[in-house]
Amino acid sequence: MKRRTFLLGTAAAVGGGLVIGYQVWQGKLERRAQTAVAQGETLLANWVKIAGDGTITVLVPHADMGQGAFTALAMVLAEELDADWSRMRTQRAPADIAFANGYLAQGFILGPKPLPPIADGVARAGFAEAARLRNVQVTCGSMSVRTTGQMGLRVVGAAARAMLIEAASRRWNVPASELDAAKSVVTHKPSGRTATYGELAHDAAVVAPPSRRRLKPRSEWRLIGTSQPRFDIPAKSAGREMYGIDLQLPDMKVATVMAAPVTGGTLVDVDSAPALALSGVERVVKFNDAVAVVGRGYWYARRGLLALAPRWSDGGHGAVTSETIARQNLAALDSTEAKVLHKAGDVARNASNGRAIEATYEVPLLYHAAIEPINVTARWADGRLTVWCGEQDALGAKANVLEVSGLSSAEVEFIGLPIGGGFGRRSPRRSDHFGQVVQLAREMSPHPVKLIWSREEDIAQGGFRPALASRVRATLDGDGRPLTWDQRFVDTPGIILEGVELPYTIAHQSLAAVQSPTHVRGSAWRSVGHTQHGFYTECFVDELARAAGRDPFEYRRDLLPAGSRHRRTLEAAARHADWGTPLPPGRGRGIAIVESFGSVVAEVVEASYTADGTPRVHRVVAVVDCGTVVHRDTATQQIEGGIVMGLSAALGEAITIDKGAVAQRTLHDYRLMKLAEVPRIDVHFLEDESLIWGGIGEVGVPPAAPALVNALAAAGKRVRRLPVIA
Amino acid sequence: MQIAFTVNGKPVTLDADGDMPLLWALRENIGLTGTKFGCGVAACGACTVHVDGQAVRSCVYPVAAAANKRVTTIEGLAASAGLPEGELHPLQRAWIDVQVPQCGYCQSGMVMAAAALLQHTPHPTDGQIAENITNVCRCGTYPRVQKAIRSVADGAKAAS
Repeated sequence: MKRRTFLLGTAAAVGGGLVIGYQVWQGKLERRAQTAVAQGETLLANWVKIAGDGTITVLVPHADMGQGAFTALAMVLAEELDADWSRMRTQRAPADIAFANGYLAQGFILGPKPLPPIADGVARAGFAEAARLRNVQVTCGSMSVRTTGQMGLRVVGAAARAMLIEAASRRWNVPASELDAAKSVVTHKPSGRTATYGELAHDAAVVAPPSRRRLKPRSEWRLIGTSQPRFDIPAKSAGREMYGIDLQLPDMKVATVMAAPVTGGTLVDVDSAPALALSGVERVVKFNDAVAVVGRGYWYARRGLLALAPRWSDGGHGAVTSETIARQNLAALDSTEAKVLHKAGDVARNASNGRAIEATYEVPLLYHAAIEPINVTARWADGRLTVWCGEQDALGAKANVLEVSGLSSAEVEFIGLPIGGGFGRRSPRRSDHFGQVVQLAREMSPHPVKLIWSREEDIAQGGFRPALASRVRATLDGDGRPLTWDQRFVDTPGIILEGVELPYTIAHQSLAAVQSPTHVRGSAWRSVGHTQHGFYTECFVDELARAAGRDPFEYRRDLLPAGSRHRRTLEAAARHADWGTPLPPGRGRGIAIVESFGSVVAEVVEASYTADGTPRVHRVVAVVDCGTVVHRDTATQQIEGGIVMGLSAALGEAITIDKGAVAQRTLHDYRLMKLAEVPRIDVHFLEDESLIWGGIGEVGVPPAAPALVNALAAAGKRVRRLPVIA
Repeated sequence: MQIAFTVNGKPVTLDADGDMPLLWALRENIGLTGTKFGCGVAACGACTVHVDGQAVRSCVYPVAAAANKRVTTIEGLAASAGLPEGELHPLQRAWIDVQVPQCGYCQSGMVMAAAALLQHTPHPTDGQIAENITNVCRCGTYPRVQKAIRSVADGAKAAS
């Protein structure tokens, strides 16, 4: 039987008339998609398999790192397919271009424009540096549900349903219009005949895909918007989930590594003898900028590594400290070289027409602190390299491995595993561990090698949200409203700059980036540019409200267009948070609103200072307008977690630099929020079916820091330099 | 050196360096990977197990110190409470009911810390929960950890 990947061979109108990329899924890609199909299963589309026993498996092109997207995506598919929920399964799609979600994302961006012809992007040099919306299996940008789900799986589900009905129509020789489908069963009402999806799957695979598909209107949804128990939680509650670090292979060696403490530095020399003299140590491997020890277990390798006294060069960065970076940032804000990113009206002409207000904000380096340290396993045997790793972008990771190994795509297999926390760290931009493990696997061949970074290494070699600063000057008119907003901020080269624009109606605006490069490695940290830009904007507008003698909620509301999404979300947050009602003495309320990844989130924080000046957070209320809530409980959980992460960072997190290197050594040195500090958190959703689905995984983070700082300002003291607890 | 102890009720004898942390003996020598490596300095609690019924952070607990003791890991928690094979501990059931985990990596340690707490303090106040659960969860599942522990403690209270 000729199997076919039907769906993306056809144009499909979605939502507002977007056309998704279809022509790219033909030819050899179709054949490659078959590799994920086991005997007895029929491939109905790249994202769904219906087995003869009725099991329906969704192939998910994303990593699971706790965001619950697998269950949510299965719900989206099952909704349109009218599948029996109890038969739904998910499976991580192989790291293959045939399962990439990027073309969907491109379709989303490009609309009906034709898509570029597909190339074997995996093998292309520099692929790992591709922008986030290219052909990568990315799990970032809060994209899983809003692109793969909204743009892909709904259409796949609807098309698959139509094909199953068509198969039944042919089998029984009755018109399709007399058939109905529910809970994975097609029914012919006039005759009472029924057939399960499993029974029809084989025939349906040769049915031509329908050229037009009807997506269910919201009123017919029975799964989307509910809270189905997550597939992954029983295993995670019982210690049975297998993360990358848990992989055990026969004859496996374990390695650990130390790289030059100063980024850009190299290994000058190291005497291997002290490590080799210890039991359990098998080899010392030197790299240009690192040294690794291979042993029969992690602890033996680590003990060996600690016995070494490597000498490092500092790449000329040995004089850099957090203070020099901060001074450089502030100097950059004063420089004449600024790149204007957004301009409205004429700031210069109007800046002197009222009362001037100015403030400078500074944010520190932030560490991802995923609890599973960086690790990766590789086996180089018989000319083939197999790599196992938890990565947010399996295709990008594979491309990275091809680059460092010099092997071709056919010689390398990349197997993605669940991740014990990503938050942006497990994206291939910062993947020194691939280069390390490939060399170790080559040296130890045919033994597989599991490389585990110590926590100390994970901190020292982090890819941090950069230390940044912004200065804002505004002029208030006679009514206290901002007439001008003139802002400069330090750019983040190599990290997408977003969240710069203001949601407020201000006639004269200038938003400009200045450069303040450092040698410290930066990378995307959950919610990326919104973490700092939400902070700058929402702290400063709060300061303007106070300068104008206005209530900060009302002041914002009046600057937001009537009937706008922002205004509605802000008002709902104030209402749910009992804004304006009396608080216990010493306690302040702060509000902030940030749009990110297609969702608008407003948060209200209640906070106070204890007698010794320690900040305490008592309550957080969040209102999230994400258009459509797919999995209600998972969405709530993501917002709760985002708020905790945002508060944790604002309260006490900072990586500092000393002599060019990260000063923090262990997790004792990096202040993460624990249970005792967590406030009561209430999460509410606003939905609007006219909107494209918004993101969830990151959007809870950005308003937390400014809402906290604004609450502390109301409680008595404003902070302009994070973290609050210095 | 030869070190003998029981893990989840089964006797084991290891030939290992006595300084090696119990964590690595469990994960690499015995193959119980439910206990996680997070920090190596007892800061995060992902490696929490029970030794003679007490919660310990196994990343800094020398395996030699476990000699002749009873070690319980997440894999044996339910059995240690007298539950038959295949059953979940009440806390694990609560973890599923409340849908606590996100990435899940820290949750073995969380459950083990919570189990030790409830063993000694079956009806903790919220303050006692906050004081005793000092494990780190970067996904921020704390409100649900609190709720799940609360539900087991309150359920036990209602039943008693």
